[in-house]
Amino acid sequence: MWRSHELKKRYDVVIIGGGAHGLACAYYLAEEHGITDVAILEKSYIGAGGSGRNTAIVRSNYLTPEGVRFYDESVKLYEQLSDDLNFNVMFSQRGHLTLAHTDGGVNTMRRRAEVNQIEGVDSRLIWPDEIKRLCPYLDVSDHPRYPILAALYHPPGGIIRHDAVVWGYAHQADVRGAHIHQNTEVTGIKVKKGKVTGVETTRGRIKTGTVLNATAGWASTITTMVDIKLPLTTIPLQACVTEPLKPFLDVVVVSGSLHVYISQTDRGELVMGASVDPFSSYSMAGSLTFLEGIAGHVLELFPALSNVRILRQWAGICEMPPDYSPIMGFTPVNGFLIDVGWGTYGFKASPIAGKTLAELIATDKTPDLIAPFRLSRFEENDLVGEKGAASVGH
Amino acid sequence: MLLLTCPNCGNRNVSEFRFGGELSSRPKDPSALSSTEWANYLYMRNNVMDAQTEWWHHNAGCGLWFLAERHTRTNEVIKTYPYAKRNA
Ligand SMILES: Cc1cc2nc3c(=O)[nH]c(=O)nc-3n(C[C@H](O)[C@H](O)[C@H](O)COP(=O)(O)OP(=O)(O)OC[C@H]3O[C@@H](n4cnc5c(N)ncnc54)[C@H](O)[C@@H]3O)c2cc1C
Ligand SMILES: [Zn+2]
Repeated sequence: MWRSHELKKRYDVVIIGGGAHGLACAYYLAEEHGITDVAILEKSYIGAGGSGRNTAIVRSNYLTPEGVRFYDESVKLYEQLSDDLNFNVMFSQRGHLTLAHTDGGVNTMRRRAEVNQIEGVDSRLIWPDEIKRLCPYLDVSDHPRYPILAALYHPPGGIIRHDAVVWGYAHQADVRGAHIHQNTEVTGIKVKKGKVTGVETTRGRIKTGTVLNATAGWASTITTMVDIKLPLTTIPLQACVTEPLKPFLDVVVVSGSLHVYISQTDRGELVMGASVDPFSSYSMAGSLTFLEGIAGHVLELFPALSNVRILRQWAGICEMPPDYSPIMGFTPVNGFLIDVGWGTYGFKASPIAGKTLAELIATDKTPDLIAPFRLSRFEENDLVGEKGAASVGH
Repeated sequence: MLLLTCPNCGNRNVSEFRFGGELSSRPKDPSALSSTEWANYLYMRNNVMDAQTEWWHHNAGCGLWFLAERHTRTNEVIKTYPYAKRNA
């Protein structure tokens, strides 16, 4: 699928982080701009970070016009990705339901539906009768503590095989000449007169004028090497899967009020997740508190699952920005670029983030689509508030 | 980390506490700040993968806000102490 190489002394572009973002960027650099002298440096194995740990929800029903436009381009790229990469990424656009249990929740869903429709995204508010038709096992009665009042229905949303996305991009980047270096940790970055000149790794030094930080949860540990602070806090996010069941759930169901989301994989397992852990950490250990919490909340939605067993649980780390939008592009250090702030929702953006950053690197200009996500927005007081659409929904 | 030591109450389950983020220093004269300095204070974080001094609130207990030193890779708590004793 991809080869191992000696570390060269110099590369045109060095990408730190072998997740879907870094690998996608390498692929689009080669495919769309002919830039192939590229190294991807990964301290562990590719997909060891969030890209191999996420719950694979892909959707574009965000809250801000900037966010909706951006994520929708990603959904479009995902729709053709199996063909582009000649690798089955198993994108299943089965529909995505975000439940509202309060009047405030219904208002937010209504607003999202309006913004989505203005941007041409298939998304609308539906009521319990239609929710019941789409998802018969969901308790839409008025018995639960938080009855379901309405839902935002987003038919093109769905799930994907996340490992396949990582492997597909890695394979095609490798075929086009990029070097994927696993077990290669970046330990320092050289800057001279405000410009990047190289990186230090556990396997030696590399000269380069362009470095992309695509390390997601670890992003701050890289930017401190060039004395830049980011508006990020790294917090674990946990998930779990159950034993396989017969197919019964063919939509993705999310509840912000209950802090839970659930989908059924092709193997029949239920994949479930919650909101982030209660305190910041780089530890990827799971907790019993999480399992107890999620089990209770899932049973409020699907009482029929009370005898189903959990097979395994795991955690990944998420770098949370204050406005729940990514931070992409140039920094005060010349040649040092960032692709961070992906929080609990960044996997779905891998194709479009890779593509727009490849364009930025090739042209030295910020593409319009990602201009709202620039680092300087924080001092310009121009935040892109996505909390209402990103805090639990992923 | 399952237990945290409140300076008043001693060892308690971590679920009794609310995490308050890394310790940062308040600007002395907020009205004199440029927007960059203001953004730095409001948003920018060290977010270290190392020992971190941070705020905790014993919200289901005595209500004290205090400081902890915790390793953010292992969650090992090195010590906890009242804010007033931070330089001791
Ligand atoms: C449980 C969970 C569920 C999620 N669910 C969803 C979801 O449903 N939908 C969605 O869109 N998003 C979801 N996310 C978020 C998503 O996983 C991430 O935003 C996304 O995968 C980030 O991809 P990335 O390529 O930027 O980073 P990563 O895949 O995290 O890759 C970063 C890489 O950098 C490497 N690295 C770190 N430090 C160094 C160093 N010093 N030198 C070299 N390499 C280094 C790491 O080993 C890692 O492999 C979820 C996350 C978690 C944890
Ligand atoms: Zn106390």
